[in-house]
Amino acid sequence: MLIQLPALAVILPLLSAPLCLFLRRSLLAWLFTVIASGLTMLVSITLLQQVMASGTIVYEMGGWSAPWGIEYRIDKLNAYVLLIVSSISTVVLLAAHTSIEKEIPQDRHTLFYVLYLLSLAGLIGVVITGDAFNVFVFLEISSLAAYSLIALGEDRRALWAAYQYLIMGTIGATFILIGIGLMYQMTGTLNMDDLSRRLPEVAQTRTVFAAYAFIIVGVCLKVALFPLHRWLPNAYAYAPSVVTAVLAATSTKVAVYLLIRFTFSIFGISFSFTTVPLQTIFVILGLLGIFAASTTAIFQKNVKHLFAYSSVAQIGYMIVGFSIGTTTGLMATLLHLFNHALMKSALFLALGAVMYRIGSAQLSQFQGLGRQMPFTMAAIVAGGLSLIGVPLTVGFVSKWYLVLAALENGWWPVAVLVLLGSLLALVYVWRIVEAAYFNEPPAGRGAVEEAPLGFLIPVWVLVTANIYFGMDTRLSVQVAQAAAQSLFGVSP
Amino acid sequence: MILSLEAMLQLSIVLPLLATVGIVAAGQQPNLREAVTIGTSLVLFYFVVNLYQGLKQGEVISVQWWQLVPGLQLSFAIEPLGMLFALVASFLWIITTIYSIGYMRSHHEQNQTRFYACFAIAIGSVMGIAFAANLFTLFIFYEVLTLSTYPLVTHAGTAEAKKGGRIYLGILLSTSIAFFLLAVITTWVVSGTLDFKPGGVFDANVDTTVAGAILILFIFGIGKAAIMPFHRWLPAAMVAPTPVSALLHAVAVVKAGVFTVLKVCVFIFGIDLLSVLPTTQFLLYLAGASVLLASLVAMQQDNLKARLAYSTVSQLGYVTVGALLATSAGVIGSSMHIAMHAFGKITLFFCAGAILVAAHKSNISEMRGLGKQMPITMAAFFIASLSIIGVPPTGGTWSKWFLLMGTLEAEQWILMAALMISSLLNIAYLLPIPFHAFFSGDKTPFSRAGVKEAPLPSLIALSITTMGCLVLFVYPQPLYELAKAILAT
Repeated sequence: MLIQLPALAVILPLLSAPLCLFLRRSLLAWLFTVIASGLTMLVSITLLQQVMASGTIVYEMGGWSAPWGIEYRIDKLNAYVLLIVSSISTVVLLAAHTSIEKEIPQDRHTLFYVLYLLSLAGLIGVVITGDAFNVFVFLEISSLAAYSLIALGEDRRALWAAYQYLIMGTIGATFILIGIGLMYQMTGTLNMDDLSRRLPEVAQTRTVFAAYAFIIVGVCLKVALFPLHRWLPNAYAYAPSVVTAVLAATSTKVAVYLLIRFTFSIFGISFSFTTVPLQTIFVILGLLGIFAASTTAIFQKNVKHLFAYSSVAQIGYMIVGFSIGTTTGLMATLLHLFNHALMKSALFLALGAVMYRIGSAQLSQFQGLGRQMPFTMAAIVAGGLSLIGVPLTVGFVSKWYLVLAALENGWWPVAVLVLLGSLLALVYVWRIVEAAYFNEPPAGRGAVEEAPLGFLIPVWVLVTANIYFGMDTRLSVQVAQAAAQSLFGVSP
Repeated sequence: MILSLEAMLQLSIVLPLLATVGIVAAGQQPNLREAVTIGTSLVLFYFVVNLYQGLKQGEVISVQWWQLVPGLQLSFAIEPLGMLFALVASFLWIITTIYSIGYMRSHHEQNQTRFYACFAIAIGSVMGIAFAANLFTLFIFYEVLTLSTYPLVTHAGTAEAKKGGRIYLGILLSTSIAFFLLAVITTWVVSGTLDFKPGGVFDANVDTTVAGAILILFIFGIGKAAIMPFHRWLPAAMVAPTPVSALLHAVAVVKAGVFTVLKVCVFIFGIDLLSVLPTTQFLLYLAGASVLLASLVAMQQDNLKARLAYSTVSQLGYVTVGALLATSAGVIGSSMHIAMHAFGKITLFFCAGAILVAAHKSNISEMRGLGKQMPITMAAFFIASLSIIGVPPTGGTWSKWFLLMGTLEAEQWILMAALMISSLLNIAYLLPIPFHAFFSGDKTPFSRAGVKEAPLPSLIALSITTMGCLVLFVYPQPLYELAKAILAT
C-alpha cells in the first residue's frame, strides 16, 4: 500500500471526481469531496515524511520503467508543494458548503465539487509527475477545471474573466507544449531525469534556447508574473469566494514550482543562469511587479481586486528570491510559496465570509464591519499583518530570508526595495482596517451578523497557521532548506 | 522564594499578556477588571524587584525560548540597563493604572476593556524589550509594542484619531521595517550574531564604512527614539487618552526607543568602535539639532499635550546624544535620564490629564489662575518641570549633569552648548505654566465655578510620581549603580 502512495495522490481526487457526479445532494457531495481531499492530504503528509526520511521516491506508473513509461518522481521539492496544495485545498473546502449556498445555484453544487476535485487532481498531477509531457496534460486538466470554476461566479463578469483566463492560460499551455516538443525533438525523451542528462550535450543549439524561452514564457503566464498578470485580478475577483481562496493559494504556486523544476532540475543552473540572462530579467520583472501591483492594489475599490493585485506583488517576491540564484534565495522563494498560500487562503476565505453576509466585497461596504463581524475582521487584520511581514507571522519569515539572501549576495538595493515594497502592503491593508474600524456602517444596511461557524472555523484554522508557522518555523524552513540545497546539488 | 528567578523573568513578560485574558473576561465588571490590572501590575513589579535583587547579588539570569528561525532564538537575559528600564516601566505601570481608573471613569471613555487589555500587552512587550538577550528578540517585541499601542492611540475612534493613528503607525512601522529590520539583517550578515555582547559584536577589523552605514540605519530605524525627522508620530499620538500619553508616550514606547539606541550603541557596536565610526559625528549633530529644534517648536505650542510631546522629543534627543558620545559619562547620563525623564514627564502628563478632567481645559492660555482651584496639580507640575529642566532638588539634575560631563569628556563643545541652551528653553516653555497658574489672576473669560481638584486616584498617582522626582534627587544611588554597571559588564 505504502509503495502505491504516489499513484494514490493523483488517483484519489481524479477518480473521486466522476464518482462525485452521482451524488445529487449538495451536502453529500461536499462530505465526499472533503474526505477525498483530506485523504489526499494524508497521502501528501506521508509522502513528505518518507522523502525527508529516506530520499527521493521513484514510482513507475503501471510498472513500465522510464523512459518508456511515465515515472512519478517525488523529491523534497514536490513533496513540499504537494503538502501545500492538498492541505490548503482541504481546509478551504471546509468552508465550501456554507459559501456556495449563497453564491452558486443549488443545481450546480455537485458540478462545483466535481470541478474542484478535477482541479485538485490536475494540480497534484503537475507537481508529482516526472514526465514533461504529463505536466502539460495535468496542467490542462487543472486549468480547464479552473476556467469553469471561475465561470460559476454569480457576477456576470465572471464569464468574461474566465474567458480572459482561458485565452491567456491556453496560450501559456501551448507555449509550454511547444517547448516540450522542441526538447523532445532534440533529446528524444520526455522523462525529466533523462532530459536533465541529455540537454547539456545539445545546450548550445538554437532549438534548446527556443524551447527554454517558450517554456519560461508559458510558465510565467501561469505564474502571473508581471507584466503577464492581466488575467489574474478579474479571475480572482469574480470567481466564487472558495474558488478564489483555493486558486490564489495553489495554482500560481504550482506554476512557480514548474518554473523552479524546469530551471533547476531540467535545464540546470548553469544553463539557466549563465547562458541565458534570466537572472537580470527576473530580478527586474520581480521588482517591477512588486511595485506596480502593490501600487495598483492601493487604489482598488473592491477588496477582492485589492488582494488579487497583492497576489501579483507577492509573486514578484518569489521571483526576486528565485533570481538571486543562491540556496538562500531559492529557500526564500520556497518559504514564501508556503507562507503566501497560508496568508492568501485565509484572507480570501475571510472575504468569502464577508461576501456571505453582505453580498459585496466593495471597500465602501466594509465600513463598520469591525464591530459587526469582529472575528472575521480580526482574521483579515491578522492576514494583512502577515502580508506586511510583521514579526510572529509567516510573512516575516519569508521577508527575513529574502532580505538575507539579497544581502548575502551583496544585492543591497534589492534588499532595500523588497522592504520598501512591504510598506506599500501596509498602505493597502490599512485602508481596509480604517474602513472597518473607524466608520459607522453605511446607511441603509440592516443588522449584519458575524459569519457562521462554517466560515469562522476554517478561516481561523488558517489564521492560526499563519501565526503558528510564523513562530515555529521548523517544518517550513527545514523542508525548504533541504529542497533548495538538493536543487543546488548540495548534499544536506 | 517560591519561584526561581528564571521563572520570574519569563513571567514578567508572559504575565501581562495572560492578564489580557482576565481583563477581557472581566470586561463586564469594571471593578473586577481594574482589580485584575492592578493585581497584575503589583505582581509584575514584585517580580522585577526580585530580579533586581538577584542581579545585585551577581546572579546570571537568562532564559532561552525556542528558535524562531534556525540560529535566531527568542532569549532573554538580565543586565543593568534592561533592569533599569524594567524597574521604571513596571513601577510606573502601577501608578498609571491607579491614575487611569480616575481618569477613564470621570472622562466617561468608551471601550475601557480594550484599553486595559492593550495596555497590558504593551507592558508585556516593554518587558520583552527590556530583557531581550539579542537584537532579534528585541525587534520582535518592538514591533508588538507598536501594534498593541495602535488601538490605544486611536482609542477615540474619531477622524482625528484615525489621522493620528495613521501617522503613528505609518512612521513607526515604516522606519522599523525599512531601516531597523535592514540594519538587523545586515548586522547578522556582517557579524554572524545578534546577541548583545559587552563591547559589541563586530570584529575589530570590520569595515568602518559598512558599520557606519549600519549605525545610520539603526538610528533612523528606531523611530521610537523620535530623532528628527522621524519624530512626527509622537505629537500625532497625543490624540490618545492622557494615561496612554503618560505611560506610553512619556515612558514605555519612547523609552523603548532610546533604550534600544543605547543597547545598540553599547552592546552591538561597543563604545570603542562607535567613537571611530565616520557617521557618529553626523548623527550626534542630528540628535543635537533634534534637541534644540524640538525645544523651539515646543515653545510655539499652546496645546499643553502638544508642548509636552515636543518637549519629550527634545529630551529623547539628550539620551541619544549621550549614547552616541561613546563615553562612560555619556552612557551613565543617558541611562539615568531614561528614569529621570520618565518620572518628570509622566507627572506632567498626569497633570495635563487632571486639568482636562477637572477643568476641561487643554490649552495653556486658558490655565491662568488655575492654581487656586487645583493647587496640588499645579504644584506637582512645577516640581516635575524642574526635574525636566534639571535643577535641584529634583532627579533630573543628575542625569543632565552626567550628560554634560559626557560632552566634556568627548570634547563636543557644540553639543555641550546645544544641551545647555535647550535646558534654558525648557525653563522658558515649562515654568510659565505653573507660574501663571499661581500668580496671574484669573483673567480668562470662562467661569471657573465648580472647578475642583482632579479625582482622588489621579491625585494620588501624580503625587507619587512627584515624590519620585524629589526622592531621586536625594537618593539616586541605586540608579547610578545600575547605570555604572552597564559598561562594567
